[in-house]
Amino acid sequence: MRYLPKSPADREAMLKAMGLRSVDDLFAPIPAEYRLNRDLKIPRQMAESEIVDYFRQRSRENAEGYVSFLGAGAYSHYRPVIIDSLISRGEFLTAYTPYQAEISQGTLQSIFEFQTMISELTGMEVANASMYDGSTAAAEAVMMAVRLTGRRSVVLARSLHPEYREVLATYATHQGMPLSVAGFGENGRVNLAELEKSISAETACVLIQSPNFFGTLEDVAAVADIAHRNGALLVVSIAEAVSLGIVEPPREADIIAMEAQSFGVPLGFGGPYCGVIATREKFVRQMPGRLVGQTVDKHGKRGFVLTLATREQHIRREKATSNICTNQALVALMVNIFMTVYGKVGLKELAKQNLAKAAYAAAQFGKQGEVLFGGAPRFNEFVVRTSEDAYAINNRLLGHKVIGGLPLKKFYPELGNAALWCCTELTTRSSIDTAVGLVAESERSVQSAKQETEEMVR
Amino acid sequence: MTDRIRKATRHVNQNEGLIFEKSSAGKAAWKVPPLDVPEVDSASLLGGIERKDLGNMPEVSEIEIIRHFTRLSTWNYAIDLGMYPLGSCTMKYNPRVNEAVARVEGIANGHPYQPEKISQGALQIIKTLSQCLIEITGMDAITLQPAAGAHGEMTGLLMVRAYHHSQGRPRKKVLIPDSAHGTNPATAAMVDYAVENLKSDSRGMVDISALAAQMNEDVAALMLTNPNTLGVFEQDIHKIADILHAKGGLLYMDGANMNALVGKVRPGDFGVDLMHLNLHKTFSTPHGGGGPGSGPVAVKTILEPFLPKPVLINKPDGTLGFEYNRPQSVGRVRAFYGNFGMFVRALAYIQANGPDGLRQTTEDAVLNANYIRKGLEGTYELPYATPTMHEVVFSDKLQAKKGVRTMDIAKRLIDYGFHPYTTAFPLIVPGAMMIEPTESESIEELDFFVEAMKSIADEVEENPQTVLDAPHSTRVSRLDETAAARKPVLRWKPVV
Repeated sequence: MRYLPKSPADREAMLKAMGLRSVDDLFAPIPAEYRLNRDLKIPRQMAESEIVDYFRQRSRENAEGYVSFLGAGAYSHYRPVIIDSLISRGEFLTAYTPYQAEISQGTLQSIFEFQTMISELTGMEVANASMYDGSTAAAEAVMMAVRLTGRRSVVLARSLHPEYREVLATYATHQGMPLSVAGFGENGRVNLAELEKSISAETACVLIQSPNFFGTLEDVAAVADIAHRNGALLVVSIAEAVSLGIVEPPREADIIAMEAQSFGVPLGFGGPYCGVIATREKFVRQMPGRLVGQTVDKHGKRGFVLTLATREQHIRREKATSNICTNQALVALMVNIFMTVYGKVGLKELAKQNLAKAAYAAAQFGKQGEVLFGGAPRFNEFVVRTSEDAYAINNRLLGHKVIGGLPLKKFYPELGNAALWCCTELTTRSSIDTAVGLVAESERSVQSAKQETEEMVR
Repeated sequence: MTDRIRKATRHVNQNEGLIFEKSSAGKAAWKVPPLDVPEVDSASLLGGIERKDLGNMPEVSEIEIIRHFTRLSTWNYAIDLGMYPLGSCTMKYNPRVNEAVARVEGIANGHPYQPEKISQGALQIIKTLSQCLIEITGMDAITLQPAAGAHGEMTGLLMVRAYHHSQGRPRKKVLIPDSAHGTNPATAAMVDYAVENLKSDSRGMVDISALAAQMNEDVAALMLTNPNTLGVFEQDIHKIADILHAKGGLLYMDGANMNALVGKVRPGDFGVDLMHLNLHKTFSTPHGGGGPGSGPVAVKTILEPFLPKPVLINKPDGTLGFEYNRPQSVGRVRAFYGNFGMFVRALAYIQANGPDGLRQTTEDAVLNANYIRKGLEGTYELPYATPTMHEVVFSDKLQAKKGVRTMDIAKRLIDYGFHPYTTAFPLIVPGAMMIEPTESESIEELDFFVEAMKSIADEVEENPQTVLDAPHSTRVSRLDETAAARKPVLRWKPVV
């Protein structure tokens, strides 16, 4: 086996040195009746060339060469080449969690830079080293708000990513945390009147997403005002991190739970991604997850360590702020490198392009059909309503190697035949025009079919 | 001191500031293509929420970024540099073909919401890996959704709760041996189970009579690591399972130490009802400086209805797809389907090994640990004489007489070219030195390690201060952790 650095003679010599006859002697502690006396029924040992070939074949069975308009919490942005060059260095790739600070300064300093940049971008005072993803970060942020306020109930926006809502429901079930949902209004934003009605003296926090699931930017200040007037905290989830380049961060929030996948992380069929929690300094001791802090060594030299570990499971066990241990360090490094590449000016330019592409696409769709939620600003996603079923339209688009917007019927039946479309800097004008044309064509054929039926009925 | 150190020597160690300290207005490492749609006036589109300023984000060029992170990387120890004997962490070789196949276009860039009919390749990978892991564990069904081991534990305990609830009563507590990893009790608390400690006996195993006395109908499950964190296989595992099952409890296995068992024995065959695996331990996906992980949970049939949703199924038309209608499911534990990129790597690892390779891997892992045990017996105190599997736990009892503790010895190992072993647990061994070499070490590297540990023991006798002040060869010496925690500096700020 090519990963094992031993010859049969090596094994013999080792056994001899231990005074053993066979390696089976070492497995004697396992009761004989449980030992497996056959080969595992798994694929046979394969050559490297065969493994590469296997995955190339699987890749061909996936969507290769399609133009995609999918977003909804997973975004297709350009990934600078140097991200993979750098994260492929064995010293990053094959290192453990940096508990031994003296030989982990590379990882520790890069996390410190990550925490700094996330704080700068979110307008918060501190950020942690990462969480699993945006959905679990949102759930953990809510649990943090519960600990901070001593209150238990939570009001969340229906315009929050539906799968994030499901994850929160799972986490909340056994924590005695009642959840209530505030709907959205005509403009796609959280319905403030409904929010006002749902909130009470028991509410630990209000959880919204901005840009929300429809791509609409929430009126964070108004939501914050309602939350804070009622003594609740405001948690804002951000799933499209690139928006922070051009949209004011939700500075009124108390906790921000972010998904940073947009910053240089491959779509990868849904993971691994990179969650992160940012908050105010005064709340840091209730924060889940790892934190890197600056300090000095005994010669006064600057260095970095994992800090405030008394919040964590390996010290506090059942009294920890969370059970999280392994997080997403290597993915956070991708995010870190991406933020460094684009930096202060590039992120803004990148975000502007996203804004422009989506504005153009929404305008083109608007000429042919109905674009919902026009009454509020949006970032790079928008909702198109059609007379035909969105799945049927998408099936037709697939024939032209176009993946249309995400049909919303599953998540929001009240919106009818609606789909969530996303454009990023990678979406070309010609692909937008093609998609708009195809949707318009299918709308016209549905309309004329309808007219024919109506005429026949008459 | 230096002639004792055969493996490590110093190398050029560059200084490197924070990236913000290199920033200067007008430098850039990016370029976007010309916009092919009309420019927009962001101020009028966004109104008052247009962002004007990105604060202290850096402005640097590409070569500076390459050098910055390359220099930082040289300050890390890594598996690629040598042995990483961290007990219960299974720091084995991370095969590079895994990285290559994870980056194949249609695998790296699949969108989680693209239609299933153009995702069959990804779904096939999930299915094949699931089948392999079910066979390896001897269980009946599996979810790959949890993002790491602790997340898998939470998922498992949610299922335990849902199962008992379906039996009429969710029960109140979870039993956890005193040798357990800290995530176990932290997880139980998240699922609102009270934690009850279970004492180990003089062999370092679960005390069967204590278990029998503590077991009752309020106990939902026992969370057991097997082999446990001492590296000891729980020989009475069938009795443990029987005691639990007799009172309707479930046996949960923390699979952190599965590297001792793969291909030799299957938890499903010795009474385990559910367990999690750590793909970043046993199945070679890279630790990456602390993640990403992946923590699949394998279960027996009785728990299958409670798996997180969605669940992968064969559809009537012969294709693969996700089923969302799972009325008894514990719900979702993560958006989308889990850390798919890690599934790809784990499957590539299983394929590279096959049944014979996996068995040989386990045998070598156990052989290596016992070789180290043999080599260091007598030099360091072995608190439990019980035979061990893939890891061995010594203690600093002999060295403590000279005022040298496990952490000091661990730090001194750095000078000899090794990563320290695990010092934080098991809590039942004061001054624990938990050593897991994995299968990835040659005799040469193992001999270097044993030599290094013996040499440090000599130093403790001759010149303990050398050990107490270690490490001596690193860029920074021991860091002031107390100061870091008392006045936390968690981000860079410009000097005003």
